[in-house]
Amino acid sequence: MKTLGWIAINGFREAVRDKVMYSLVAFAVLLIVASYIVGELTAGQDVKITKDLGLSAIGIFGLFMAIFIGIGLVSKEVERRSIYSLLAKPIRRSDLVIGKYLGLVLTLVVNVAVMTAALYLVLAYLGTEESDLARQAREAPLLDPALLKAVGLMLVQLMVVTATALFFSTFSTPILSAVLTFLVYVAGFFSADLRNFDQVVDSRVVQALARGLYYMLPNLASFDVTAQVVHGLPITWRYMAVTTAYGLTYITILLVMSATIFSRRDFK
Amino acid sequence: MNGRSRGSLVLAVAAVILFGGLSIWLQAARDSMPLATSDNETLYVTERAAGRGVFTHRLLAADLYWIRAIQYFGSRSRVARVRQTDPFEPPPSLSLETPVSFDQLYSLLDISTTLDPRFNIAYRFGAIFLAAQYPEGPGRPDLAVALLKKALITSPEKWQYWHDIGFVYYWNRHEYRQASEAFQRGADLPGAPWWLRSLAATTLVRGGDRETSRLLWRQLAETAENEDARHAANIKLMQLDAIDQIERLQPVIDAVAARTKEPVTSWRVLLNAGALRAVPRDPTGEEYRLSSGRVTVSSQSSLFPLPVEPGSSPRP
Repeated sequence: MKTLGWIAINGFREAVRDKVMYSLVAFAVLLIVASYIVGELTAGQDVKITKDLGLSAIGIFGLFMAIFIGIGLVSKEVERRSIYSLLAKPIRRSDLVIGKYLGLVLTLVVNVAVMTAALYLVLAYLGTEESDLARQAREAPLLDPALLKAVGLMLVQLMVVTATALFFSTFSTPILSAVLTFLVYVAGFFSADLRNFDQVVDSRVVQALARGLYYMLPNLASFDVTAQVVHGLPITWRYMAVTTAYGLTYITILLVMSATIFSRRDFK
Repeated sequence: MNGRSRGSLVLAVAAVILFGGLSIWLQAARDSMPLATSDNETLYVTERAAGRGVFTHRLLAADLYWIRAIQYFGSRSRVARVRQTDPFEPPPSLSLETPVSFDQLYSLLDISTTLDPRFNIAYRFGAIFLAAQYPEGPGRPDLAVALLKKALITSPEKWQYWHDIGFVYYWNRHEYRQASEAFQRGADLPGAPWWLRSLAATTLVRGGDRETSRLLWRQLAETAENEDARHAANIKLMQLDAIDQIERLQPVIDAVAARTKEPVTSWRVLLNAGALRAVPRDPTGEEYRLSSGRVTVSSQSSLFPLPVEPGSSPRP
């Protein structure tokens, strides 16, 4: 446990050294500039659009971080040959993989938390300029605590993507890992279509294949509740719990496979 | 820094300034020769493709299409208004230029509301855009009603959409029975305001009446969900006031014309005759225009052109 924590903290420090936190500055600038501009263009929809933009930006920045740092977790150590000194230490290979993953998750948590705080700050500023009319017409509160539900599920989604990137990076090149992770990400949003394949295809074999793929691919669309949050619609705690549990289960499977593959890999 | 490196720095700065200036000049030169554009340039994708193409960022894409719709509508109606008020512009039948097109407006609103089916403002404000008569808009109340009915599929509990449908039937189509039915359906929904039921009755009995129109616009101003919609409703209320004022002014002018046996061509004639104490101004403060003995609002006024009242025109 101590070893895992040590590897995770070092992974986080490495991300800070790699200037990953610069993305926070870009996010803040994007949000502030956009909130100024949209106020002039959107016929009183600046709060809604700032929420949409903020949540989307958190997702996009997080995705880039998850994929591009995720694929480098293992391959960078191999490339720099630092893997040999690491493996010479009394560390289990599985601990190395899981620790590295936890380090990146910590980086993601810190980044997402700061971006969320920035979003709330910009919204609070917009609130000071909001007209009574716009306030009355809003569907959801300005500083809506439900935004945290959307951000929370987004974080779990990013953790799934990170685990996917890590899984691919244990047995393929960084570029191929990035491509494969991105493909899984795209497919993850369309997986609900696979479930309904029986409505458009008659072949039982294809139907079974589609159903199998539906359960195999991560259902990333289920983590997206931004529309409900922005429009003030309810999201039950039960939905949050089930979706989070699904995400954590999927991550566990990927980490077990990653650790297994990495443990058997020959670095000679 | 030695002389050589200072020289190269000066050279670099000079080059940046020179090419910067050149770039600005080229930019300005290019701007003065716009390319021919086509409405087809606006990206139009099917509902399914629109949803699929943006993954999880559907709301953001809906916002972008909404902003595009506002800009499209604003720029088109501005050009149409300028053409309408240009004294040298020939009538549309003789003009070589085709009328300003609003063809893409519904498509943009449709995509925006498909990507975000609960985009309330895009439905309500979009319907106002679509129903507005040329030059303010495309004059397509049928599409406005279609957009509002699409809103009711996702949010059947919202009485506001029935109110807006009734409004379009009343003001733009002059179909008072349908307007009344729409108001009634809205009034039947939980949470609907008490006045919607009385509006349904008034519309049926006194359709086309100016006071009913005034009531309708006043309630639209009061229930508006943004400043622009409220401003548009207030403009319509001022236009109705201006029509009242013109109706009071015209008999005075006709009387002076009958007395002097020649058409009144300027306000001075009326002032000298003691018929008026000052040049009359519309509710925005702009002077009324007197042309061939008829009073109208000035083309400089934000009330120009005055709307065709439901009761004063034949039903389509």
